[in-house]
Amino acid sequence: MGTATDIKTFSPQDYKADIHNDWCPGCGDFGILSSIQIALSKLQIPPYRTAVVSGIGCSGKTPHYMNTYAFHTLHGRVMPSITALKLANHDLTVIGVGGDGDAYGIGAGHFVSGGRRNLDLTYIVFNNDVYALTKGQASPTIAKGQKTKSMSEESIMEPINPVLLGLACGYTFVARGYALDTKYLVELITQAIRHRGTALVDVLQTCPTYNDLHSKSWYGEKVDGEDRLYKLDQTDYDPVVHDPNDVAEITQKKAQALLKSQDPTGRIALGVYYKLEVPTYEDFLKEKITALQAKPLVELEEIYHRDITPNLSKMM
Amino acid sequence: MADKSRDTSFSWMIGGPQGSGINVSAEIFAKALSRAGYYVFGQIEYHSNIKGKHSAYRLRISEQPVSSHVETVHLLSALDEETLVGDLYHEFPAHPGHAHEVAPGSAILYDREYRKFIDWLDRSDVLFWEIPYADLLEQALSEMGKPGQARAYRIMNNSMVLGASVGALGFDFEMVAEAMRESFGAKAGKVAEMNVNAAHHACDYAREHFAGKIAHRLPPAPARREQILIKGSQAVALGKLQAGCGIQTYYPISPATDESVYLEENQREHSLVVLQTEDEVSAIDAAVMAAHGGVRSATSTSGPGFALMPEGLGFAAMTEAPGPVVVIYQRGGPSTGLPTRWEQGDLSFAVSAGQGDIPRIVIASGDIEETFFDSFDAFNYADRYQIPVILLVDKHLSSSYQTMAAFDTSKLVIDRGALFDPAKNGGGEFFRHAFTPSGISPRSIPGQPGGVFWTTTDEHDPRGHITESIPNRLAMVDKRMGKMDLAGREIPDEKKFRLFGSGRTPVLVIGWGSTKGAIVDALRRIDPEGQTYSFLQIRILRPFPVEPIRELLERAGKVICFDGNYSEQLARLLRTETGFQPQHRVVKYEGRPFSEDEIVAALEHAVAGGPDRIVVTGGRVIDSDFAMKEFDRMVEMRLKHEKMLPPMVPLPPGYNR
Repeated sequence: MGTATDIKTFSPQDYKADIHNDWCPGCGDFGILSSIQIALSKLQIPPYRTAVVSGIGCSGKTPHYMNTYAFHTLHGRVMPSITALKLANHDLTVIGVGGDGDAYGIGAGHFVSGGRRNLDLTYIVFNNDVYALTKGQASPTIAKGQKTKSMSEESIMEPINPVLLGLACGYTFVARGYALDTKYLVELITQAIRHRGTALVDVLQTCPTYNDLHSKSWYGEKVDGEDRLYKLDQTDYDPVVHDPNDVAEITQKKAQALLKSQDPTGRIALGVYYKLEVPTYEDFLKEKITALQAKPLVELEEIYHRDITPNLSKMM
Repeated sequence: MADKSRDTSFSWMIGGPQGSGINVSAEIFAKALSRAGYYVFGQIEYHSNIKGKHSAYRLRISEQPVSSHVETVHLLSALDEETLVGDLYHEFPAHPGHAHEVAPGSAILYDREYRKFIDWLDRSDVLFWEIPYADLLEQALSEMGKPGQARAYRIMNNSMVLGASVGALGFDFEMVAEAMRESFGAKAGKVAEMNVNAAHHACDYAREHFAGKIAHRLPPAPARREQILIKGSQAVALGKLQAGCGIQTYYPISPATDESVYLEENQREHSLVVLQTEDEVSAIDAAVMAAHGGVRSATSTSGPGFALMPEGLGFAAMTEAPGPVVVIYQRGGPSTGLPTRWEQGDLSFAVSAGQGDIPRIVIASGDIEETFFDSFDAFNYADRYQIPVILLVDKHLSSSYQTMAAFDTSKLVIDRGALFDPAKNGGGEFFRHAFTPSGISPRSIPGQPGGVFWTTTDEHDPRGHITESIPNRLAMVDKRMGKMDLAGREIPDEKKFRLFGSGRTPVLVIGWGSTKGAIVDALRRIDPEGQTYSFLQIRILRPFPVEPIRELLERAGKVICFDGNYSEQLARLLRTETGFQPQHRVVKYEGRPFSEDEIVAALEHAVAGGPDRIVVTGGRVIDSDFAMKEFDRMVEMRLKHEKMLPPMVPLPPGYNR
């Protein structure tokens, strides 16, 4: 049992569950999993103060590989799940993980509302363009006209741009990572967890089994003589809204993020696209329910001793 | 016909367009009557509409406890002509007005403006009491320095109609004025006084002209006593507050929303988080995860919303979440159906919703008082058995007001169920889904050191990891479903069902949910000594109390089962669970709750050798051709008269269109 005098430090190993991992060899998910574990150890958040919550699919198995409170919930329902867990205990570090179909397809309605609420949450989306666990159908992020080897016909729908969607829904931190660049992904996830507000990290993830289009070698290709993948923080791009009260600045920062996310050259920018620090949902809630300023909801003993007599008196 | 001589209650109705404030007036009156010591049951019927469509509010006022409404009206207070003559502007009229419900010798209060419509009513046996509302309003406004503005202040007609009723009935106006001031609130001091003054003028006029002339009178008020006037949605909410509910989630839907709105109004005072979600899928999933998070949680919805929730019910059951509590306010279905009308159409759905074998507890509250205690108990069951608990209520319970003694909370004890204690774990590993003799695995709370656990909606092993092993599957299904057997053994019989009467009478009446109020009142009327009828109220539908119910059914003579749906859902459940088929099934499925009169009519019909299946509406048993005949009659009624304009709801003075 942990006490205040403990000086235990947590290594990435402390976040690893002792269980066989059944992802395909070479799966991009491994990179995301280890990045989450390393980020948590960098932040020294105790495993028991952390909850990892997933939807359904290959990404859905992530919590099983974490030595934290771990919830493998329903397809598309990551956002309602992490929202409520955070409301129950705002001292927990709550990380949602899900696939692109989970977040932008079946869970799209929840994804929208999650951005509007802006609780202090981290949502990591494993984006591989396919529904892998059901053997490779098209996901909402696959481009129009594309066909992976697992699809019988090419897609005739426009893809969702996760960065644009995140910006439109009000996510206050929008980043894009690459599963096979774990060093950089650790950095992005660390920033996302530190961010006060709901942070979206869309992670480009290779699926060696079903997505033959966007493979490790494709991501490693040159476009017009330059690396397809590049890092925003190695350019003069500034994602931060410096004055949250400046509506024009917010619009400008969102606009530049949109432009970056749809680069006509085909190059893909990794890094933080957008960051805005504003009061969170919990901040507003604490103004309404002042007891939450001292303790999280789960620790409020007084709610089990409520006196409803004043309510009844009003009915007399 | 039933012997109605024992019923000394008085039935008052106010009717008018939605948005005109008839509910405000009725609730003010009900409050004043409650304070005077009367027992009151208030029941509203309204359309899914904001302004203009017809609504009617009944108050049954009695010197004895009442828990239902009757079909007859002793004083009808009409705010508009539609209340008198019915809907004459829709191609297929929505209703025939309420004049036909007025008992002979009773009275109708109406505005002088609507005099011409009186001739349309073929009622020479009732008293027509005309009130010059516009003149009285002009007098009232002149006194308050606003002469010549009666048209602009027509919005106050609802207060005047109430005042006229109070005067005609000889009730104490000051008590009504006090309730009216409270209703408007301190901020609306001047507006409140204007309404009180206008109502006073109408009251004086009616007192002078009509008092004492009505055949039915208000019974004498019993002694004043401490009682509350409460509606079901509030009682459910108070049960949740008493139980320590920490998070309520909801998506707006009639008729469930009232409860969540009441909780929202109380969230600061009682430290309750109310989360309005993007849909009902999110509402239940958030409630499931809040329960996992260690907080008591609930969600409230209606049939169409619950239709989106079975997935979440399975989530809760599979991951053994301690909850949530799901309150279903039934309304007319299927689909959007009748959004603001009553039906008991979700019994079968509630007991079976979801894919696969989902353990659950389903409670059906019979009256408003029960909703409070059931709502409280639901959280104990959720924590103790770590399963979802459904509380089935309905529109009638939700929106009806009833007087009763304030709830006695002194015996209510919160039971959080088996919690993981690392100190007692002997340093061993914690398995969230551990196999235990009772089937209940102690739970830790996320954030608790040493309590880290895994869980998944996939089938899982004791540690919470995915497995498809055969023995594990067998053991886990047995564990989850066995919790229903455990609940069945532990929950006392009196919470599962209630028997009114000896159970050894010639007739056993069976019902569930809000039919209770009408059945209890009806039996008190026709069989006060309990010689002919007993009443069995089923209170817990899952786990079904098979043995005691079968015993009661087998020793009963004639069994008559009441259901507020077409498909006899309670009768079907009885048949499935006990193999017993009630000889008579009485159903009502037109969207309005059973009245006391309908229970009486159906019982007498059944006892006199009526058919196996009996359908009631409008206070009587109907034949299979009733609907088409009545439908045609209402169309003829409309064609007979000049087409009426839809009612105009007056806007507040100065309102800028």
